[in-house]
Amino acid sequence: MDTQFSDQIPTIESVEAGLARTGYIPSRSISTALFLAMRLGKPILAEGPAGVGKTELAKATAEFLGLPLVRMQCYDGLDESKALYEWKYGKQLLYTQILKEKVSEVLSKDDSMDAALERLHEFDDIFFSPRFLEPRPLLKALQEPRGAVLLIDEIDKADEEFEAFLLEILSDHQVTIPEIGTITAKVPPIVLLTSNNTRDLGDAMKRRCLHLHIGYPDAKLEERIIDSRIPGIEISLRKQLVSFVQQLRGLDLRKLPSVSETIDWARAILLLNATRLDTEVVQDTLNLLLKFEGDMTIGGRAVGEMTLKARREAGIET
Amino acid sequence: MTAMLLDLLRAARGAGVKISVAESLDAFRAAEVVGYNDRQTLRDTLTLSLAKTLEDKRAFEACFDLFFQRDTVTTGEDPETTSAPRPQAGEPGDHDGLSPLSSMVLNNDQAGLAAAMEGAADAIGASNISLFTQTNMFAWRMLEQMGLPELDRDIANLRGEANDEATAERLEQARAALGAQARTFMERQLTLFSAGTTREIREGALRNVRLSQLDRRDMDRMRALVREMAKQIATRYSRKRWKARRGHLDTRRTLRKNMSFDSIPFHTIWKRTRIDKPTVMALCDVSGSVAAVSRFLLMFLYSLTDALAGIRSFAYSNHLIEVSDILARREIDDAIDEVMKVVGFGSSDYGRCFADFAEIAMRDIDRQTTVIILGDARGNRNEPRLDLVKQIFERASRVIWLNPEPESLWGTGDSDILRYESFCHEVKSCGTLVQLERIIAEMMQAAQ
Repeated sequence: MDTQFSDQIPTIESVEAGLARTGYIPSRSISTALFLAMRLGKPILAEGPAGVGKTELAKATAEFLGLPLVRMQCYDGLDESKALYEWKYGKQLLYTQILKEKVSEVLSKDDSMDAALERLHEFDDIFFSPRFLEPRPLLKALQEPRGAVLLIDEIDKADEEFEAFLLEILSDHQVTIPEIGTITAKVPPIVLLTSNNTRDLGDAMKRRCLHLHIGYPDAKLEERIIDSRIPGIEISLRKQLVSFVQQLRGLDLRKLPSVSETIDWARAILLLNATRLDTEVVQDTLNLLLKFEGDMTIGGRAVGEMTLKARREAGIET
Repeated sequence: MTAMLLDLLRAARGAGVKISVAESLDAFRAAEVVGYNDRQTLRDTLTLSLAKTLEDKRAFEACFDLFFQRDTVTTGEDPETTSAPRPQAGEPGDHDGLSPLSSMVLNNDQAGLAAAMEGAADAIGASNISLFTQTNMFAWRMLEQMGLPELDRDIANLRGEANDEATAERLEQARAALGAQARTFMERQLTLFSAGTTREIREGALRNVRLSQLDRRDMDRMRALVREMAKQIATRYSRKRWKARRGHLDTRRTLRKNMSFDSIPFHTIWKRTRIDKPTVMALCDVSGSVAAVSRFLLMFLYSLTDALAGIRSFAYSNHLIEVSDILARREIDDAIDEVMKVVGFGSSDYGRCFADFAEIAMRDIDRQTTVIILGDARGNRNEPRLDLVKQIFERASRVIWLNPEPESLWGTGDSDILRYESFCHEVKSCGTLVQLERIIAEMMQAAQ
């Protein structure tokens, strides 16, 4: 279908390599999704727990393709004027004031009301022209001459009306502004929607998207991610960290630690100059991984055992 | 390829994955883009374009794996033992005049046999199987299509004219093995293509079965059903917390909004009313047959937490305790068992239970509270304490009494339900899941 990316990304592997170059290590299904999205011109709906790299994926994609990233954060009460476009009312008012004299000058030549009205009609749309249009994220993404990566973040936070409003943009890559007409994207943007699943999205929305579920990575992938984000880290320490976090995810916690927490934690451990995990270091830094009091108690109890296991898995004698 | 994908889609729908026509078209296009060579890629691709929730994804992936799972078709011979004693068996020249199936068997041509089996399955429309009793019939038809009658004739010929008992014996063995494999094949087809139909029938029945008479083996399915029903209710009511009151201008916010127009009200803003989420207090009888219904009511309420401001639950038989903590900490089933241990199977005493309730929670009942009482109101002729129920009735926004007994039994024997009725906003019979769902949906509606 869409051939604009055919040269840049001939295969799924090239997507994987491209993302990896920007420091984002994708799983196989992530790169397949991105490949399909570019080939079919369909938006991706990424769901999954917080901190597994949904937003990061959009940033990495933009960087890898060399396209601008347009980001729109959704929230309750978001409407067209904040998402699509708004008239620059202030500028319009200012201009009418400035042009007041000019207008009376132009109109003074006409004697009758009819003639004046007729003349006014000639300037009809002057104040409702693209000049006075303030493009908001969605319009901006459509207007980018080389295309863009459009990130619609946390779509589940917006209300259902807004979701319905998005459908036109997602399927036809165009928007209608009553005063100007329909604006169609020259180069359709790559659209990525993210959702934390606080509510079920409409079927119409889901139907139009490729549905990508990003879960917690397995140990191997997580190690690669850590390696790419924190290049200097020792292999054995990395193994211990990942093994510990993977074990932590097996516990009955309210909020499981995700990749972003693992990265933060790894940074903290490095800052503390620790070369291996021990119970003390872990206890001190556990609050980077667990964000709830109850989770801390549950996690804290298991620290000793899990540290031991993590060290064993990394091949360190205890 | 198209026919194969269509079959896969049908199987996936049967497994409960919701797939629209537009989505299947998308899937075809997506599959074309990535090609059919790599099974893992095809699986990822189809999952991306077809399954739109996590559960759907799991179901679809399982379905995909089952669909493409193929056993190697064997002739029932151990390759090691066959080659040694009958070295001539591999030479095709030996079997002139035999049917294609027989030669394939004798040559141990597994790929050929597998292909023949697939071909036969297509020819007889194996994917149309819908009942488990059809397995043998379909398997037989498939073998017939593959050329079993000819194989039989070959066996007869070998035994009769050619007098080659050894080869006949081998064919005979292979025949039995093929039969077993055909049946396995059809059984897999059955799980793939009939799962949907049978499940729909079963779940339809479950929704209407009396909860107290529920079979243990259906519990898991019921639990899934409750979760699904509750999710529907929750999505309907958890969002809209504001309702616009058309006609009442919100002057303050209108002025603010229109400051950029010199306070000329281009945009009008109307006053809105905040819609309160209800707080629910559920009193559940945990004695005997009522316990089954209590279990499902609690399951329902706890699946609805998003749409409710708060739930407090109480369990009673001869006295009453608050069980919110137990339920918050554990799975419903464990929790119910623990509650049973504490409250036990005492003989019901409604009067005492209401007194306990009044002591624990009466002061927390306000205009946002919905009180749900679940019980058969058979108090063993103890004092019913109508005065307390009246007090609850006056304080709460709604009092709903759910009685698992059918209406015809109300008021018979020691049933006090008709006396309590005057102090309830609603008294309903709630024997089945459908009734329970309807009541809870109505409750959410009324709270809006």
